[in-house]
Amino acid sequence: MEAIRHSAAVAKREWKAYFHSPVAYIFIIIFLALAGFFTFSVGSFYEAGQADLRVFFFWHPWLYLILVPAVAMRLWAEERRMGTMELLFTLSVTPMQAIAGKMAAAWGFLCLALALTFPIPLTAGWLGNPDWGVVASGYLSSALLAGAYLAVGLFTSALTRNQVISFVLAVVGGLFLILAGYEPVTTLLSQWAPRWLVDGVAAAGFMTHFQAMQRGVLDLRNFVYFASVIGFMLFLTQLVLNNRSGR
Amino acid sequence: MIKVEHLVKRFGLRKAVDDISFEVEKGTVLGFLGPNGAGKTTTIRMMAGYLPATSGRIWVNGIDVNEDPVRAQRQIGYMPENTPLYDEMTAGGFLEFVAEIRGFRGAERSRRVDEVLDSCMLGSVRHQPIETLSKGYRRRTCLAQTLIHDPPVLLLDEPTEGLDPNQKQVVRDMIERMAKDKIIMLSTHVLEEVEAVCSRAMIISEGRLKADGAPAELKKRSASYNVLTVEVLAPAEEAAKVFGAIPDVERVEPVTEAGGKQVLRLIPKDRQSLAVGVIEAAARHKWMVVGMRSDSGRLDEVFRQITTTDDVIRRSA
Repeated sequence: MEAIRHSAAVAKREWKAYFHSPVAYIFIIIFLALAGFFTFSVGSFYEAGQADLRVFFFWHPWLYLILVPAVAMRLWAEERRMGTMELLFTLSVTPMQAIAGKMAAAWGFLCLALALTFPIPLTAGWLGNPDWGVVASGYLSSALLAGAYLAVGLFTSALTRNQVISFVLAVVGGLFLILAGYEPVTTLLSQWAPRWLVDGVAAAGFMTHFQAMQRGVLDLRNFVYFASVIGFMLFLTQLVLNNRSGR
Repeated sequence: MIKVEHLVKRFGLRKAVDDISFEVEKGTVLGFLGPNGAGKTTTIRMMAGYLPATSGRIWVNGIDVNEDPVRAQRQIGYMPENTPLYDEMTAGGFLEFVAEIRGFRGAERSRRVDEVLDSCMLGSVRHQPIETLSKGYRRRTCLAQTLIHDPPVLLLDEPTEGLDPNQKQVVRDMIERMAKDKIIMLSTHVLEEVEAVCSRAMIISEGRLKADGAPAELKKRSASYNVLTVEVLAPAEEAAKVFGAIPDVERVEPVTEAGGKQVLRLIPKDRQSLAVGVIEAAARHKWMVVGMRSDSGRLDEVFRQITTTDDVIRRSA
């Protein structure tokens, strides 16, 4: 009960912090503009003549790669730089409660930005007859993907008091998780590595899971995958914070 | 009650805090003194449950801080060094946030926030972002944060650092008002502050506890304690000779002489009180004593004696 109250208070504070600064608005505008640009211009949404959102979701891993670390970099690095971490952790808030609160606020914010892309599925619905189940599954996978990137960013943010370092590390971490399942990488790997290793690396990557869900496959394994990535990164974050704050 | 037993904190090879033990009773305002880097902040951080002790134990009202920091922290209001605050929040919003974490909701929360805004005189800046506040308001906002849950223990790390004299007085007045039913421990290197508000002072140097007692008691260790300045109407040489003959007087230093009035400084042996002896001696010679002042000692002297000896020895070695 107290834990939930603490997390909720932290989440509320973080949520407000996003909207108190221009960060939230700039992020949402750029995210929507880029999502639209990739879908309609680069992805040739109209020309494809298909009422689905494949070209829309196709670009999300790459959009998130840059944008999510920008949302996450502040979360701990700023607390560290300003010394407010000391304040927070002496108000009887535990690192786990604070992590949960920050994660919830930032993820909620990313989901809000994602939800604001609703005109795109509406367009598809107006022009044709998309499979709404696949659309929903696509949105769900995109939200999970954003959460996984965010967990990586939260971890790198806890490592440093410098937001730029946090950002760069998060991008590198995210890039690794994308490329691990990317075809050129798996092909390259399969030339010399044993099959189990290729499969292992591919399974650790975002892409296979994300693409499976894009096709509307709601396999439990994909949920377990994203939940494990998020859980593991948050666990590492807690280790780092325990070590620094010394608890 | 606070109890600290054989507290040690090591950072790598360096011992920041080296075997400190003490107890503090309710109603005490404890001044924690020491030069920069002596281990004050480290000690307070450990007491606040932010840093774990390398060894030793800390109890706050019977709760072991290392074992259960969260429960201990409910008993503590802690003001970290350099007043870290969430700059983008308003002063009022920040206090609401703290009140929420401290477990107050609804009307009770508003009442608590109003109360501390009022007692810390922050009402006028309630809706102002913290980043726009002056240093004095920042300090008071951080102090207000410690009071929301009316904790029995306050740990304040340099609460008046960087304030102007009026603001310092405001903070001291607040401390004095709260003193009787709390334990207040404040670190500082402003000695006048200790004399002004503290009922007890501890001096640490290089991680070790070097002195512990009431400020008035500590001052007795100073070299100038009980040095007597006498203004007497008497012939110069004779006065020095007579006073110098008093058994407890170590030596006599003439200060000024004008129109038959001598001003003399009498340095006592072993910091003995000299007043009675001097008055008797003057009476015997029918000299008029027009002024007399006994030095009550100076805390800064004691502080320097205790905290610089090691340095000085090392430098000359």
